[in-house]
Amino acid sequence: MSDSSPVDGGSILRFPPHVKFRFDETRQAWIVLAPERLLLPDDTAVEVLKLVDGGRDVDRIVDALAATFDAPREEIAEDVIPMLQDLVDKQVLRK
Amino acid sequence: MSGDTPAPPLALLAELTHRCPLHCPYCSNPLALDRAGAELDTAAWRRVLGEAAALGVLQVHFSGGEPLARRDLVELVGHAARLGLYGNLITSGIGLTASRAAALAAAGLEHVQLSLQDSDDAAGDDIAGRPGAQRDKRDAAALVREAGLALTVNTVLHRRNIERLAAIIDLAVGLGAERLEAAHAQYYGWGLRNRAALLPSRAQLDAATAVVAAARERLAGRLVIDYVLPDYHARRPKACMGGWGRRFLNITPSGNVLPCHAAETLPGLRFPNVGEASLAAIWRDDPAFARFRGTDWMSEPCRSCERREIDWGGCRCQAFALTGDASRADPACHLSPDHDAMALARQEAGESAAEFVYRGYHSGAARRAISPLAGS
Repeated sequence: MSDSSPVDGGSILRFPPHVKFRFDETRQAWIVLAPERLLLPDDTAVEVLKLVDGGRDVDRIVDALAATFDAPREEIAEDVIPMLQDLVDKQVLRK
Repeated sequence: MSGDTPAPPLALLAELTHRCPLHCPYCSNPLALDRAGAELDTAAWRRVLGEAAALGVLQVHFSGGEPLARRDLVELVGHAARLGLYGNLITSGIGLTASRAAALAAAGLEHVQLSLQDSDDAAGDDIAGRPGAQRDKRDAAALVREAGLALTVNTVLHRRNIERLAAIIDLAVGLGAERLEAAHAQYYGWGLRNRAALLPSRAQLDAATAVVAAARERLAGRLVIDYVLPDYHARRPKACMGGWGRRFLNITPSGNVLPCHAAETLPGLRFPNVGEASLAAIWRDDPAFARFRGTDWMSEPCRSCERREIDWGGCRCQAFALTGDASRADPACHLSPDHDAMALARQEAGESAAEFVYRGYHSGAARRAISPLAGS
């Protein structure tokens, strides 16, 4: 059903239909709703997740973040790829 | 924190009915079950869902009993979805049809949690108290997947199925589940009544924990396994419900509003009904919700414990069930002066060949009088 290879620069990620990433007006915060789970991503994670659209690959997400945060893309990739891998393992994101 | 407005709850467990085709002896419903005639009607549930969304609830779990027994389930699921609530159906699967599964998906349901009692069909039917239950569940899993809904398999672990956990995990994968909740039976209500027949041994528990660790590695990215250890073999209590009145609301079939599904086992607390006040007013002002909220109610050893805002003193219902006093530390904690109650229960289970008392309407009311420690 899903690709079980590790996340790399060429991976294209998306939210499964039953995982909702949205802004909650009550709490004034971005949230991720999944079965029996509520994630409250920090500001950096929110910026990453906003770029997950089922179209861009991870390399392009890293490029965009490097531009936004004016930081070396290698450093960004070192942070972002393990985070995305963790979310794939938890089935919050899918390849 | 007393005096402050509490942060809004995250989730609502909507127990639509206590009617159920199964008779599992560890059911989380109370011993005295609500009859169909006492259930909230469709208009009341619609209003309550609206109040929940306005209060800040994010997820609603449609549960029971068997929520499929309600003819208005699809309407309520659709209403919740339009309110922006994340809808989850907790079901036995009995009574699910292809058209109903499709209607639930079209109404905006996000996720289904299907109970599976065992990997072995005969053993599963036996614990559910219904011949053919396992076969119906396999069919229901297929219907859920065909409707495009995400599927979690829920299995309650106990002494008679825990040694088949590896096969249960394989079956969950085979049924198309993306997630497995393997939770040990909890000992309130029916579970407490049947504790001596349910509680696993330490050796069984350790073997099961090793099975989970291996399966998590093997199935990473395919099956998420949520595994909940039993309090009776623990050194520390769980943060029950994430703390009393902090994250969670439960509404019973007749409309009583509780901080957890077992709260009505506690004496001396009167819980409000949705007919008396709005959920917002109940959450903010009700004395029963305030009773064990935060840390002010605690006595020692909780009061000065550095973990008091991690585990919130554990479970109030377990404290009452095992000590007769809901304001004591949860005996699951090794620092509790009542921690011996856990060892006593383990010993009792080890020596026992107890038979199950199956869930039902037959004599629940009479069994309310059972004393807390007379688990068998």
